[in-house]
Amino acid sequence: MLDDLDRRILRFLQSDPAAPMAEVAERCQSQPATVARRLERLKAQGILRGQYAVIDWAVLGYAVEVSLRFTLDKTNAKAFDEFLTAAREIRQVIAIQTFLGRVDVRLSVIAKDMADYQKLYRNEILNLPHILELEALMHVATLKTAEALPL
Amino acid sequence: MTPWDDLDFALLRALSQDATQSAGSLGRFLGLSQPATWRRIKRLQEAGVLAGRRIDLDAEALGFGVTVFLGVKLATKGRVSLEDFERAVTAIPEVQTVQHVLGLYDYRLRVVARDISDFERVLRRRIMALPGVGDVEANVLLSEERLSGPL
Repeated sequence: MLDDLDRRILRFLQSDPAAPMAEVAERCQSQPATVARRLERLKAQGILRGQYAVIDWAVLGYAVEVSLRFTLDKTNAKAFDEFLTAAREIRQVIAIQTFLGRVDVRLSVIAKDMADYQKLYRNEILNLPHILELEALMHVATLKTAEALPL
Repeated sequence: MTPWDDLDFALLRALSQDATQSAGSLGRFLGLSQPATWRRIKRLQEAGVLAGRRIDLDAEALGFGVTVFLGVKLATKGRVSLEDFERAVTAIPEVQTVQHVLGLYDYRLRVVARDISDFERVLRRRIMALPGVGDVEANVLLSEERLSGPL
């Protein structure tokens, strides 16, 4: 499994994913070739799946972000599949999560402003199939988003 | 009026899948020269649309088998300082994201744990011990997908 060096490398990359290999090696008290080898192995094992860019939707003009939490009608066996398929078609949905708990599905949606959100809500969200209950949490501020694992 | 065109959106879409692609290969894919691609990426970075990178780790393979979303309501609004709560909650290593929301809850937290009993430990010793914490709702994450949204 993972040793201390693997953990140090991943910990450092979580805080600074774009760091050049030489810097990663220096901060992890290792050599660039060793770090490169470790990263290759972590990729081959499927532990390190890749790197993706984080997009700031507010800068692109989407000032409103809302969490929509759904309870679905589970008496219908196809409720989840049909709901998820329809939700993926909505352009302003940026994330879909399914849960075990009081909430079945959560959609993260973005909108340019409240008028745009209202349009999205009325014309697209309320037309999704098998909704039993729906509640909205409006994002005010994000205080922490690193999504780093406590390695 | 948005200063971004379809090529910028295509770039964002590609980078939000894989941020390690070079300007050269992105350019070939989009039919742009390497310097033109590089200039666009730089412009997106400077405007803050590209807000950094994140490494994508297989949490389960690293021993974090459980992700739970918590809705937290503060018990005595007005009497506890939001700053105290926010400072304490963002310092918990297992808490990956903290969002201040408007609606049924005051805060939305994303928490990782090794397993359900580890989650219980985090919930009891850390979350319930936060200043001002009131009602807490937990939903265990089953699946998650990121979408490219309106790009």
